[in-house]
Amino acid sequence: MSVESVFPQLEALLPLVTKPVQYVGGELNAVSKPWDSVSVHWALMYPDAYEVGVPNQGVQILYEVINEHPDALAERTYAVWPDLEALMRANDVPQFTVDCHRPVGAFDLFGLSFSTELGYTNMLTALDLAGIPLHARDRDESHPVVVAGGHAAFNPEAIADFVDAAVLGDGEQAVLAITEIVRAWKAEGRPGGREELLLRLARTGGVYVPSFYDVDYLPDGRIQRVAPNRPGVPWRVSKHTVMDLDEWPYPKAPLVPLAESVHERMSVEIFRGCTRGCRFCQAGMITRPVRERSARTIAEMVDNGLAKTGYEEVGLLSLSSADHSEIAVIAKGLADRYEGTETGLSLPSTRVDAFNIELANELTRNGRRSGLTFAPEGGSERMRKVINKMVTEEDLIRTVATAYGNGWRSVKLYFMCGLPTETDDDVLQIAELASRVIETGRQASGTKDIRCTVSIGGFVPKPHTPFQWAAQLDHETTDARLRKLRDVIRADRKYGKSIGFRYHDGKPGIVEGLLSRGDRRVGAVIEQVWRGGARFDGWSEHFSYDRWMAAAQNAFEGGPVDVDWYTTRERDYTEVLPWDHLDSGLDKDWLWEDWQDSLAEVGVEDCRWTPCFDCGVCEQMGTEIQVGPTGVTLLGMPPLPPRGDDLLAAAPSPGTAL
Amino acid sequence: MARQAPVRDVAPTVQRLRLRYAKRGRLRFTSTRDFQRALERALRRTGVPMAYSQGFNPHPRISYTNAAPTGTASEAEYVELALVKRLDPERLRDALDEALPEGLDVLEVVEVRTPDLAARLEASVWTVELPGVGCEEASSAAAAFLKCDRAEVSRLTKSGMRTFDAREPVVRLETREASPGADGTPCAILDLVVRHVTPSVRPDDVLAALRLVADLVPPIPARVTRLAQGPLVDGASDGDPRRAVSDPLAADRD
Ligand code: B12
Ligand code: SF4
Repeated sequence: MSVESVFPQLEALLPLVTKPVQYVGGELNAVSKPWDSVSVHWALMYPDAYEVGVPNQGVQILYEVINEHPDALAERTYAVWPDLEALMRANDVPQFTVDCHRPVGAFDLFGLSFSTELGYTNMLTALDLAGIPLHARDRDESHPVVVAGGHAAFNPEAIADFVDAAVLGDGEQAVLAITEIVRAWKAEGRPGGREELLLRLARTGGVYVPSFYDVDYLPDGRIQRVAPNRPGVPWRVSKHTVMDLDEWPYPKAPLVPLAESVHERMSVEIFRGCTRGCRFCQAGMITRPVRERSARTIAEMVDNGLAKTGYEEVGLLSLSSADHSEIAVIAKGLADRYEGTETGLSLPSTRVDAFNIELANELTRNGRRSGLTFAPEGGSERMRKVINKMVTEEDLIRTVATAYGNGWRSVKLYFMCGLPTETDDDVLQIAELASRVIETGRQASGTKDIRCTVSIGGFVPKPHTPFQWAAQLDHETTDARLRKLRDVIRADRKYGKSIGFRYHDGKPGIVEGLLSRGDRRVGAVIEQVWRGGARFDGWSEHFSYDRWMAAAQNAFEGGPVDVDWYTTRERDYTEVLPWDHLDSGLDKDWLWEDWQDSLAEVGVEDCRWTPCFDCGVCEQMGTEIQVGPTGVTLLGMPPLPPRGDDLLAAAPSPGTAL
Repeated sequence: MARQAPVRDVAPTVQRLRLRYAKRGRLRFTSTRDFQRALERALRRTGVPMAYSQGFNPHPRISYTNAAPTGTASEAEYVELALVKRLDPERLRDALDEALPEGLDVLEVVEVRTPDLAARLEASVWTVELPGVGCEEASSAAAAFLKCDRAEVSRLTKSGMRTFDAREPVVRLETREASPGADGTPCAILDLVVRHVTPSVRPDDVLAALRLVADLVPPIPARVTRLAQGPLVDGASDGDPRRAVSDPLAADRD
């Protein structure tokens, strides 16, 4: 049975909404497959506005991987803004995909990519608009299987009521495995209905089906145990790890939207994983081990991507791009290759050392040097030991001075507030640091016309990190500490005017904390706050802390837990954490030791350069570190073709000179 | 030491080309900026040897004229490109049309032989489809509008709220009946010829005026298409409204 496009109904609403172009699709390199030509249909959603979601690499990769499958198709959908949501409700237009404007409810699978927990309420809007029951238990065979992925899926307990399944880790092979299971089950005539399909998925050990696990609680609110409630369902579900990134050079044809997005450039992921071991960093912990893409594949992806998109800038993306073992070769090779072609190259820089500046200089050889970004994260040297981001103040000052000396005019420094054991004094040291940065920078550059921006936000403890047991700082203390820092910076007569100060207040962090370390009881809060109107919680103009707190109060009424219990409470060694049955590969005892080391201000090395410290990942997952150098010194690319030769005029025509 | 913008060997412009393109179907919802990004990327993909500006942030030399508003379809949008190598206009047309998404269609490319295209874009011919509005209702509203000497409307422009007369620049306003939709809803069509003035008077301004003078409130948003822009012909107020302007590229075509 074919599925009709809802575009005719939608079209009449578009003149009435802001930025209608975000709903029409038409991206370059988008794929439209006839519905009946395949048996497995995926709708993929990045649950935020189109402008944020469309550049997302995870969705672009999965979209392409699925569409390459001869018997499957994938289309994309994004969160609609409240103005269109209201019109869709009034006119019975369902949640649609932007590719072929098919109703999301008609697909076999509805995959959501959560890079942040603040997208949960947008998921509920999409489910509701799609006509899919909010609760997984109310769905039947006519409804898509709702699958969560992305970093937040490493603890999907807060959304366990709403998703049928969750996938941890890399999605490339996982979506193909799921496609195969769904295809076979449909081909066999859907034996055993939805339950059987979910069972087949769960039995692989790589797909978490929350409804197949029961959670028991102790009278004080802590979890007693989480256990499977069906035979054949494994006790623990493990994450997926793609082992040879050269075999998976996606996206091969990156999407180029017509609408403006938050990320107006092409991205090429140069490696996955990070073993620097910053203790606050969930991304680093859950994506281990480091797997590099080779310089040659990277160069090919850049070249091919530019040819297919026409983008004027390429970002070399990863968790810590300067750490690629062949980054110097890559940077120089690409800068040489694209010299004179008005192609910009960039690295999201975070590492605080001179090498990073050399790289940035190389990449901006022909372009503008506007700003560099470093992330020392901790304000004092003591704090940086606690979080295992070992940068000395001297290193930092020297690095920044080099940057100003090389013509960079502004440096942005990222910090966190509310880290374990932190005091006011640790944060106030940021002001001194910034003053020294400006002082040194003025000397190095010989001009007063330089700036340093301090950007600081509240720390949120995340699952699968050594800080998963830590107490989050309450928002009152966070805000007070940030105000003190602001006042000290403002009071600095000599340098204060050159220091910018940007901070995020502590309240959204508390909601993020509730969601990220939440368990199944938090689902009721999400549902209530959504019913109360919560949408787009990642946007300060839409976020309402009070609405969240009111919903939490209601939902937790009469029970042993509350928001503080989830956020500002420190956990102890014996507590069963809501995500203990979800295996990121990290050994819980290793994490605990790292937490203890952190409190003792003891650092841990990077396992790329020192012997394995047994974090557990490689042993548990059967993976290994994959780093170069491969010894490549040239990128081995054929020369760029001269521009326009195939379009040249047959013979120079006289033409009127103008 | 302050860094200077690199001085490059910028190749000189050796050819200028004028493009007419259409904005159709769902891509009528693209804004001018959306089109600009799409065109610049298509030019890079096709390897068109564009001339670039100097400076830290060099831009390809492209001039955009008088673009139709977001949400409005058009058969007659104009853009001018400066190139550092001479290209065959016909081949460029084919290549660019292929590179742009369906719905942003390059219709013709001519070499620039005359200055100042913008000055020749004196007026636009629009059709405005009004689904759900009967022809009689539309024509009596049009008659009421035409009888006025002035029809002041307000619109939020880049420089804030502005109030201006939407009547004077309207050279023609006629109504006809479209064949009814599949479900039998009526649909009136307005043929509209408007001179380009500042601030510009657009079809939505004329619709706003029709609402003010004759209470015409379309139940469904109007579908607007620009059919042509160019110099107003003599006798523009008679005959086929689509002939009210002539081809602005005629002078470049020998
Ligand atoms: C580019 C980028 C951005 C860009 C673009 C965002 C975008 N729309 O993609 C911008 C600048 C806008 C951005 C913003 C933010 N970002 Co950001 N960003 C990144 C960065 C550098 C790359 C992301 C990426 O493309 N990864 C590569 C892709 C392939 O990985 P992936 O998306 O996880 O997808 C894979 C799997 O997760 C899985 N998968 C994903 N979805 C699904 C779905 C299903 C169904 C399945 C089965 C599998 C699956 O399969 C994919 C392929 O293997 C990462 C760091 C990094 N290297 O990951 C940070 C990162 C993701 N960002 C982060 C943060 C915190 C943010 C912000 C919240 C920052 C802020 N405070 O405002 C915002 C949130 C924006 C939003 N609302 O989503 C953190 C996430 C924190 C965490 N989980 O610990 C990261 C990890 C950086 C870090 N080290 O802290 N970001
Ligand atoms: S360097 Fe630190 S913060 Fe960055 S990704 Fe690696 S572990 Fe995370």
